[in-house]
Amino acid sequence: MKEKIIEKLSEIVGDRLLTDIDERVSYGYDASFGQYMPDYVVQVMSAEEVREIIQLANTYEIPIYPRGASTSLSGGPLPVHAGIVMDFSQWNQYLEIFPDDLLIKASPGVKTGDIHQLAEEHNLMYPPDPSSSSICTIGGNLAENAGGPRGVKYGVTKDFVLGLEVVTAEGEIIRTGGNTVKNVTGYDLTKLLIGSEGTLGIITEATLRLIPKPMDTKTAMVIFDDLYTAGKSISKILTSGVRPSKMEILDQNAINKVEDYARLHLPRTAAAILLVEVDGDPDALTKELNVIQRALLEIEVDNVQIAKTKEEEARLWQVRKLVSPAIVQSGYTKISEDATVPLSKIPDMFRKIDEVKKKYNLNIVVFGHAGDGNLHPTINTNMRDAEEVSKVEDAVEEIFRYAIELGGTLSGEHGIGTMKKPFFPVEVGEAGMLFQKAIKQALDPKNILNPGKIFPEAGEKRLVLKND
Amino acid sequence: MTETLIEKLDYQATFDCVQCGYCLPACPTYLAFKKEKHSPRGRINLVKMAAEGKIGIEDMREGIDLCLGCRACETVCPTNVRYGDILMSAVEVLKDNKKMGIFEKGVRRAAFKVVLKNKQILRLVNKGLYAYQISGVKRLINRRNLLNPMEKYRDLNKAMPDVRLSRRLKNPPNPFRKSAIQVGFFQGCIMDVFFNRINDLAVKILSRHGMEVTNIPSQACCGALQHHAGEHNQTVELAKKNIEAYEAYDFDYIVNTIGGCGATLKEYPKLFKEGTEWHRRAVNFTAKIRDISEMMAIVDLNFQYEVSKNAIFQPSCHLENVQQVFEDPLKIIKSIPGLNYIELKDKALCCGSAGIYNILHFEESMQILDMKMKNVKVARPELIITSNPGCHIQMQLGVEREGLSDEISVKHIVEVVAEACGI
Ligand SMILES: Cc1cc2nc3c(=O)[nH]c(=O)nc-3n(C[C@H](O)[C@H](O)[C@H](O)COP(=O)(O)OP(=O)(O)OC[C@H]3O[C@@H](n4cnc5c(N)ncnc54)[C@H](O)[C@@H]3O)c2cc1C
Ligand code: SF4
Ligand code: SF4
Repeated sequence: MKEKIIEKLSEIVGDRLLTDIDERVSYGYDASFGQYMPDYVVQVMSAEEVREIIQLANTYEIPIYPRGASTSLSGGPLPVHAGIVMDFSQWNQYLEIFPDDLLIKASPGVKTGDIHQLAEEHNLMYPPDPSSSSICTIGGNLAENAGGPRGVKYGVTKDFVLGLEVVTAEGEIIRTGGNTVKNVTGYDLTKLLIGSEGTLGIITEATLRLIPKPMDTKTAMVIFDDLYTAGKSISKILTSGVRPSKMEILDQNAINKVEDYARLHLPRTAAAILLVEVDGDPDALTKELNVIQRALLEIEVDNVQIAKTKEEEARLWQVRKLVSPAIVQSGYTKISEDATVPLSKIPDMFRKIDEVKKKYNLNIVVFGHAGDGNLHPTINTNMRDAEEVSKVEDAVEEIFRYAIELGGTLSGEHGIGTMKKPFFPVEVGEAGMLFQKAIKQALDPKNILNPGKIFPEAGEKRLVLKND
Repeated sequence: MTETLIEKLDYQATFDCVQCGYCLPACPTYLAFKKEKHSPRGRINLVKMAAEGKIGIEDMREGIDLCLGCRACETVCPTNVRYGDILMSAVEVLKDNKKMGIFEKGVRRAAFKVVLKNKQILRLVNKGLYAYQISGVKRLINRRNLLNPMEKYRDLNKAMPDVRLSRRLKNPPNPFRKSAIQVGFFQGCIMDVFFNRINDLAVKILSRHGMEVTNIPSQACCGALQHHAGEHNQTVELAKKNIEAYEAYDFDYIVNTIGGCGATLKEYPKLFKEGTEWHRRAVNFTAKIRDISEMMAIVDLNFQYEVSKNAIFQPSCHLENVQQVFEDPLKIIKSIPGLNYIELKDKALCCGSAGIYNILHFEESMQILDMKMKNVKVARPELIITSNPGCHIQMQLGVEREGLSDEISVKHIVEVVAEACGI
């Protein structure tokens, strides 16, 4: 049977079929946890190839696991039931801009960063900017509905997609949406497929919307003595009449780690700092920052430093960039969460995380996209210490549950995948889950596309960070 | 899980990798071969899987063998994974696991056991021989070419530089400590044969700018090739020899002109256990190691002539990724009068030379070189400036292969500075 499938797959993709063990094991992980072993890896290069493979998989009932750059933080591309890994990372040849229509078309393996660059060359912008842009693929962004710092002003991936080319689980090539912003012909399948984590269809081409590139940016750093005020100031800024283009927060722990790492003259004693960027007409930017400053004064926040030069501005954003490397400790593994809460609940979330940190005696650093309530509490843990791992599992679970309690969500942008599926029904409810399952059942009756994701299996109630 | 494998492989270090993939776009072999197992993330995972017994030792081989060891992945890694250590542990385990093929064995023996290690032989070999015959490596290639009428190594031979007769550098040890900066010169063995003109020039440049340069006779090969081949004991032996040799003098700096050798020297402390006497001595030794470009960057170079050329710079991977010297060579190059510096796209990508990679894995190395040359052709320079002999040969080869020898010359940064200084 295996031989037969190998023969058929190689008829479709030739030497882009990988079956040696060293190849297969290299497609069994992502940036989250767990290691699996697929039976076959195919590096697809056209919708036609995808179609033929899906038809084959349908005949033999073999699971298909789509995979972009495997930067998923939730286990999205993991081949949990073996089968075929469909690698899109090399299908990056098609990328075309239509500047007069303000749109870009791309094959699924194109890197998000390349889309940013091409748009910028035409003085345009593709706003979604996950920190992983230099590596992740647009296909992966669409499947996870990725966000980024600019989300606070511009939204996330789903807000910039006009249409998709998709191969269905039955092996049909269909198009959703079109080339226009307005389009109400039938169901909004585009939005349904975005964020579906590769479980409803395979994306083989995307038509993305661009906007004019903002003329300039300006950045301020707000320094806080206590976390509660920091949390409060987020809503204060967002209701001041100005819409920042980025708003990122670092807690004291994060500030100190960055300072240890890079010595950028950050205020070590501050409870938190907030980086606020505004973009647009250079003449308006200073005025906008003044408005923000005045609003903050109303709640007695007066420590605001505005970057005077482009270098200073770059240095401030460097701070945010360095959080990731700075909080790593040798020998420890970083677990980043992305529970998201309503803006007014950010101070509560901070308090809760602090509580969890003390309760489980863990090393937790908090930073994140303050402007949309999307925090990334990050835990450094020793994955070889079973006891500690189980403590972390408990801690993360407590954070998840609290986020939901506050009216927030399990995941702002990283997706459910394998990692958060035990909590999925907690957030959407039993009926909500069945409704979603019905959609999956209707579109993929044989459960071929990315099985083992999003929906928990019977009895799956706990977060598990290790699979062996 | 096999206990011994977990110990032998740097299993602990693999946990620092969060599999984020940031290293993928920086890795030349991933870009060229387009598969995850040829990426840093993939290789680290192979080592981890082998240590856990989930795949066999031999299953690591292809991925590990085809790594250039350029360590560009370390420079971009946000979590500072010690990729070099993981790689070396895998190379050693693989070496112990299987006898090498005849060819590989021959090349390796010739390259570092016989020829490179013994300076005396090196000098003898050099004397009176033409460039094509000097090193065991080259002879072996030629012999293989005869047996096997493949053309593939011919270009490589053509690219090898004409070798000057090696002679001892002047500047004997000076017993009197002067007030001038005291520089101990480290000549390196490949450099000694292929490029001793560059060493000569480097010494002259330093002396001309007020430094006292001493080339000590008791130095040994740095051990880079041995190290990369997993010959741990030989490497340690050479390291001890060098540390001892330079301890006998009171130098402010120990200077070399080879990115790869300098990297190995700077990593000597890793060869010894922390807390041991040898570790302490290695740390002291390493603190003085400088690349020639670091030295040239701290003096006011006394330029006399213009070098009116459009030039690009191909940095040495080990100078950048291991020695962490990024800006100094550029600063020097940009200050050379008349020279028009053009930034080469993706210049940080390895050229595919990587020690003796281009000999052991010729085809793969050429794939990587072709990626490099594509960008070179876009930049259209008249001069390619290098900072390491391996890159030098490889870039020369690239130029040959593209049929651009008449338009583009390849020079070491020291040659260019010397020319501008009228040395
Ligand atoms: C350091 C780091 C920083 C990050 N920062 C952010 C951030 O700021 N914001 C954010 O939102 N995320 C972030 N992420 C998470 C991750 O980068 C995103 O989820 C990204 O969208 C994944 O893209 P990918 O190409 O790696 O896809 P993969 O991880 O390979 O796959 C992700 C999902 O998409 C599916 N998929 C892939 N291609 C297709 C296709 N063509 N058709 C259908 N399904 C497909 C897979 O099956 C999987 O379910 C970060 C990750 C890392 C490691
Ligand atoms: S960049 Fe570092 S942590 Fe990320 S995958 Fe590569 S080696 Fe691992
Ligand atoms: S050392 Fe160079 S070739 Fe090897 S994995 Fe790192 S970047 Fe790739």
